[in-house]
Amino acid sequence: MALEVDIEKRAGGFHLQTAFSCREEIMGILGSSGSGKSMTLKCIAGIEKPDRGRIVLDGRILFDSQRRINLPPQKRHVGYLFQNYALFPNMTVEQNILCGLHGERDRKRRKEEAGRVMKLLQINELASLRPAQLSGGQAQRAALGRILVNQPGLLMLDEPFSALDAFLRLRLQMELKELLASYGKTILMVTHDRDEAFHMCGRLGVMERGRMLAVKETKALFADPGTREAAIMTGCKNIAPAEKTGEHEVFVPDWGIHLRTGKRVEEGLSAIGIRAHYFHPTSPQNTYTIRYVGEMEEPFAWVAQFRYEGQASESPALWWRYPKEKRPAVFPEKLGVAPANILLLY
Amino acid sequence: MDWYPLYNSLRIAAISCGIVFFAGIAAASFAARLPRWLKGILDVVFTLPMVLPPTVCGYFLLLLFGVRRPLGRLLLRYGIRLVMNWPGGVVAASVVAFPLMYRTARGAFESFDDNLAWAGQTLGLGNIWIFWRVKMPACRQGILAATVLAFARALGEYGATSMLIGYTPGKTATVSTTVYQLWRTNDEAGAFFWVMVNLAISTVVLLVVNLLEDRQKTGGRRREELRGTGSGH
Repeated sequence: MALEVDIEKRAGGFHLQTAFSCREEIMGILGSSGSGKSMTLKCIAGIEKPDRGRIVLDGRILFDSQRRINLPPQKRHVGYLFQNYALFPNMTVEQNILCGLHGERDRKRRKEEAGRVMKLLQINELASLRPAQLSGGQAQRAALGRILVNQPGLLMLDEPFSALDAFLRLRLQMELKELLASYGKTILMVTHDRDEAFHMCGRLGVMERGRMLAVKETKALFADPGTREAAIMTGCKNIAPAEKTGEHEVFVPDWGIHLRTGKRVEEGLSAIGIRAHYFHPTSPQNTYTIRYVGEMEEPFAWVAQFRYEGQASESPALWWRYPKEKRPAVFPEKLGVAPANILLLY
Repeated sequence: MDWYPLYNSLRIAAISCGIVFFAGIAAASFAARLPRWLKGILDVVFTLPMVLPPTVCGYFLLLLFGVRRPLGRLLLRYGIRLVMNWPGGVVAASVVAFPLMYRTARGAFESFDDNLAWAGQTLGLGNIWIFWRVKMPACRQGILAATVLAFARALGEYGATSMLIGYTPGKTATVSTTVYQLWRTNDEAGAFFWVMVNLAISTVVLLVVNLLEDRQKTGGRRREELRGTGSGH
């Protein structure tokens, strides 16, 4: 295991209590703002001090409250890409990158190494510019270059794409993923964007109110989030409390319906979730009469809002998303959903 | 023409400006790290000399450094005499100018993006290096304006100075004490001359401050405009 984290910290009313480990991989932490994602990164970097716990990177103890070990950030060799990239505004791109090479005594070697990384990141032509003159994507690459030349044992990315516009974001995600794949060290990435998490990360943990919920392979997590918070963070739109009524059957009081499930229902079920695109008019199972209450247009899809016949009045309308070309001429009176697509949330 | 008052004033202002520069920055970065309530108390103490009448500051300084007081006597043993001697002017000017430096520096530090310092730390850069090479340059314009203001305040100091070092021509006379002394002795032409000197210095100082603040406000835009010219400072 490359990185092991088990820490606890109280700050104001916030209680961070998280434990996870990651190998040489890109691991993501998905969480809403204020969930403690950035705090976790800061604890690992040594910017914040946990009250209790242990952080070990490649066998090196960075923090251990019992043994009273708390390495300063300078000694942790942990790369931290900040949300705003934190380039030193008074220095040029090249000077910024040279800052990451302060350990190298030989001036010529420093220059060469900075040049090599700038070339790799395709920012060698920006060497003499200042951060204020860079675009978001250029600034990100400059900041990344400054970290890469420093050769950290762990690379942490804090919402690396949030400062970029949508078009650039997708392109840079692909570029960065390619670059990081050859990097071969542990990469920990924090984001609130489920698409970004899905594109970039091999494994994913969901963080909510200071706690790390199940860490899973990204695809497995989207297929079976397992908890209500994870279902919300992975973009599930329809969630309601549910009770187990059989081996493969649940009752949803708010919607007034029984549903067959693909997976076995375990004890302690708290809710079920159905992703908006899982509903289907011709589905043979879990089919119930519905009433439309609204429709919303998205760039490439429609979202119909509907209610079940026996749905409780205080329960919000459900979402059904379908592609534009599949918009029905006459709305079906009934909608069904395949049992395998019922997410069981505990 | 006796230029001693100008020389003495500039000497006192320059030295106290240097002292206040480091003391104000140290106090500001120290206070920034304290818990809120302690910061509040320290803030009041550090700012008091700015709102107190300078004569009250002078009174306290006399209590401290008077030749019959413990501290004054101790200093005298090492041959340092502050009362009725020009180095006392440095002390008086420093005390009065300190709050200006402290408050402005604190404001500049508070608007500093901590991520910059943290980024430096995670790159393995030392805290002192980060302070002088990243934090200070980032707060440069605010600190510079504060320094110039502190210099101006030290140059114009009258109340505390006159109480601590009085007026001895060719020994403790400063521009401001000379103006009062000459006017008191009916040397209207002399007083007018030193008033004009004072006015000229103050005008220059304020122009410099305005220039600095202007650059601070338009700093980002100026950089944009300079794109491609290669200077972009």
